[in-house]
Amino acid sequence: MATPLPTPGVGRTPEPPDAGGACASCALAPEATRLARLGLDPGRYSHVVALAGNPNTGKSTVFNALTGLRQHVGNWAGKTVARAEGGFSYGGVGYRIVDLPGTYSLLSASADEDVARDVLLFGRPDVTVVVVDATRLERNLPLVLQVRQITGRVVVALNLVDEARRHGITVDVRHLARELGVPVVATAARRGEGLPDLLAAIEQVATTDDPPAPLRLVHHDPELERAVATLADQVAARFPSLPNTRWVALRLLEGDPGIEAAVRDGSLGDQAAPTVGAAG
Amino acid sequence: MSTDLLEEAARLRRGLPDDVGDRIVESLYTDATRLAETSVDRDGAASRLTVDRALDRVLTHRVWGFVAMGVLFFAVFWFTIAGAAVPSDLLYVLLVENGHAWLLDGFAAVGAPWWVTGLLVDGVYLATAWVIAVMLPPMAIFFPLFTLLEDFGYLPRVAFNLDRLFARAGAHGKQSLTMMMGYGCNAAGVTATRIIDSRRERLIAVITNNFSICNGRWPTLILMGTIFVGAVVPPALAGFVAAGAVVAVVILGIGVTLAVSWALSRTVLRGESSVYSLELPPYRPPRILRTLWTSIIDRTLKVLRRAVVMAAPAGAVIWLVGNVHLGDASVAAHLVTALGPIGWVMGLNGVILLAYLVAVPANEIIIPTIVMLTLTLGAPAAGAAPGVMLELGDDAQIGTVLVTTGGWTLLTAVNLMIFTLLHHPCSTTVLTIWHETRSVRWTAVATLLPLALGFVVCASVAGVVRALG
Repeated sequence: MATPLPTPGVGRTPEPPDAGGACASCALAPEATRLARLGLDPGRYSHVVALAGNPNTGKSTVFNALTGLRQHVGNWAGKTVARAEGGFSYGGVGYRIVDLPGTYSLLSASADEDVARDVLLFGRPDVTVVVVDATRLERNLPLVLQVRQITGRVVVALNLVDEARRHGITVDVRHLARELGVPVVATAARRGEGLPDLLAAIEQVATTDDPPAPLRLVHHDPELERAVATLADQVAARFPSLPNTRWVALRLLEGDPGIEAAVRDGSLGDQAAPTVGAAG
Repeated sequence: MSTDLLEEAARLRRGLPDDVGDRIVESLYTDATRLAETSVDRDGAASRLTVDRALDRVLTHRVWGFVAMGVLFFAVFWFTIAGAAVPSDLLYVLLVENGHAWLLDGFAAVGAPWWVTGLLVDGVYLATAWVIAVMLPPMAIFFPLFTLLEDFGYLPRVAFNLDRLFARAGAHGKQSLTMMMGYGCNAAGVTATRIIDSRRERLIAVITNNFSICNGRWPTLILMGTIFVGAVVPPALAGFVAAGAVVAVVILGIGVTLAVSWALSRTVLRGESSVYSLELPPYRPPRILRTLWTSIIDRTLKVLRRAVVMAAPAGAVIWLVGNVHLGDASVAAHLVTALGPIGWVMGLNGVILLAYLVAVPANEIIIPTIVMLTLTLGAPAAGAAPGVMLELGDDAQIGTVLVTTGGWTLLTAVNLMIFTLLHHPCSTTVLTIWHETRSVRWTAVATLLPLALGFVVCASVAGVVRALG
C-alpha cells in the first residue's frame, strides 16, 4: 500500500553565521528567559531535535511547551500519528524540533515505528529527547535502550513526575542517568516543571563534540555475541562513518528488511541522507 | 560489495537458532526490567492505583461500561442542548435581526444597486450570521465537555468497550480509536487509521470512519433534535428527549460502523484479524481552564471559521440560484423540482437534497442552507423577497417556518437526522481518503457506500411510516 508517510527529511540548512539574529524577543528579556517559542516556523536553525517516546507519555505536551504551539494533546495512545514539526530558540540558537509518532519499540512492526526509526537512523538528529512516563518506567525503558543503541546524543525526559509523586513512585534520576550514560531530567510538562533543565540538557548534548558512544548491550549468549561482534566489524569496514555498527549488525542478524534495503542502496552510510525511502 | 555484507549476515544467521529475533528482544527487555527495578522506588503505589482500578471496573464492565457510556454521552448532549438555547437566541437577535437591518439601512444610505445589496447582505452576510448564531453556542459547550472526557482518559475506555465488538466484526480493535478521532473530524479520523498496520483492516476503518458524527454534523443533529423531536413532548421533557434523539443517532452510527465492517470483512476485504494490545492510560484530573481555552481556540473557532468561510460563498450561491431565472422560474426552483421525487422517496424533499449539493464542501452549513432555500422558494407565501431569510427569532420559529413554508413533518426531521449520519463524506474527507489510500476505487467506495446506505435507510423509514399512515 502506497502509504504516503512523511519523508524523514531532517536535512539541515547551512548554519547561519549569526544565529542570534533569529531571536527578536530575546533582546527584550535577555537572561530572564532564554527560550523563544517559534511555533510552526523554526526560521533558521542550527540544531535538529527529535522527540521520541512511548504513546501517551506527554510527548506532545513537551512539544507544545517548547514550541509554544497548542496542538491538542489527548490522554490516549496514538494521538499523534504523523510527524509534527516546530521550532524554538534557546540561548540565541535556533532549534528545529520533530515530534515523532509514539512507539513502544524501533523494531519496525508498523508504519509509525518505521517513521520514528528512519528519522533517528538516517536523519541523525543532533539531540533525541526520549520522553518517558515516570509511572511506568519498565514499559518505557526498552525504547530508551533502543534509542541509546543507535545514538549517544540522547536526553531522557522523565515526564509525569507529578503523577508519579501522587502515586508514591520515586525514580532515582542520578542512578538512571549513570546507567544510561546520558542526561536524565525530571519533568512535569503539563505544569512546565523541569523545562529549564530540559532545555539546558538539550543545549549541552547538541553542542558537545564528544557524545557518549552508542550503548552496547551485552547478550548473555556467547554464540549470538560472537556473531554480532563479527558482523559489526564488517559493517564498520563497509560504513566507516557509522557510529552504531552493533545495532545495525543485530538488525541484519534478524533480517530486518528496512535495514537490509539501506545497506543495499548504501543510504546507511550517507552522513546527511536527506531523502530516505519512507516505508522501509 | 554491499550484498557481501547481507550474505555474511545470512551465513551468520544460519549458525544461530531460529528464534534469534525473539532472543534479542528478550535480552533488551531483561535489561530494561533490571534498570527499572534498580531505579524505581514504589512507596504506597498500590493504594493510589486502586482508585483507577475501581473506576475501570465500572467503566469497562461488560454491562455497566455500556450503561456508563450512554449516561455520559447523554449528559454531554443534554448540557449542550439546554445550555445553548439562551446564548443562541441572543446572537440571533444581535446578528441576524439587528445586524441585517443595520446593514440594509447602510447599503440603502449609500445607494447601492439592489443586486449588490442582495448578493452581499441578503446572501453572504445573512448566511454567515446565521452559521455563527446557530453553531457557536452549542459548539462552545459541546467541545469543551467532550475534550474534558478525553483528557480525563475516558475515550480509551470507550475504545476498550467497543474492542470486543470490532473483533467480532472482523475489524481491527484500533478502529475504535480512529472512530473516536472521527467524532471530532472525519478527515483526522481517516489520517489516524495509519496506526492500523494491515491494509485490509485499515481500509475497513477508512470506509467506516464517516459513520462517526463529525464536528460539522453535530449542530444539525442537535438542532433537529431540539426543534422537532424535543417539541413533540411536554416542554419539561424536551431537553431530555432531544438529547436522547442525538444519542440514538450516535448509537445507530456505531451499529452501522460494526455492520459495514462485518460485511466488508466477510466479502471484499476478507482476512485474519490482527491481535494488538490497547493500553489504558491512567485517569488524569483534567485541567479545566486550560481545556476550556484550547478547545475553544482549537476546535470551536477552527470549525466556526471553516463554516463561515464556506457559508459566505454558499450564501452568494443561494442568493444567485434564487434570483437568476431560467424561463418562468428560478434556477433553485428548477433544481428543487427535479430533485423533488427522489427527496419524496427518501422522506426528505428537494430543498434538502439541493442543500446537500450546495454544501458539499462543508456539512456545517446544511441547516442554514436548507432554511434559506426554503424561504427563497416559499417566498410568496411568507411574504419575503427571494433569497432573503426571514428574520427568525429563535429555534422554534425556524421550526415553524420549516413546517409551514417547507411542509416539514416529524418524518422529514428524523430522516434528515439519519441522512446527516449516512451520506457522502465532505470534500475534505474525500480528498484525505484519496491521499491515504491512493486508490480511486476505494475512495469511490468510501464516498458512495454511505450515500447508498442513506438512501436505502431513509427510503425504508419513509416507506414504513407512510404504510402505517
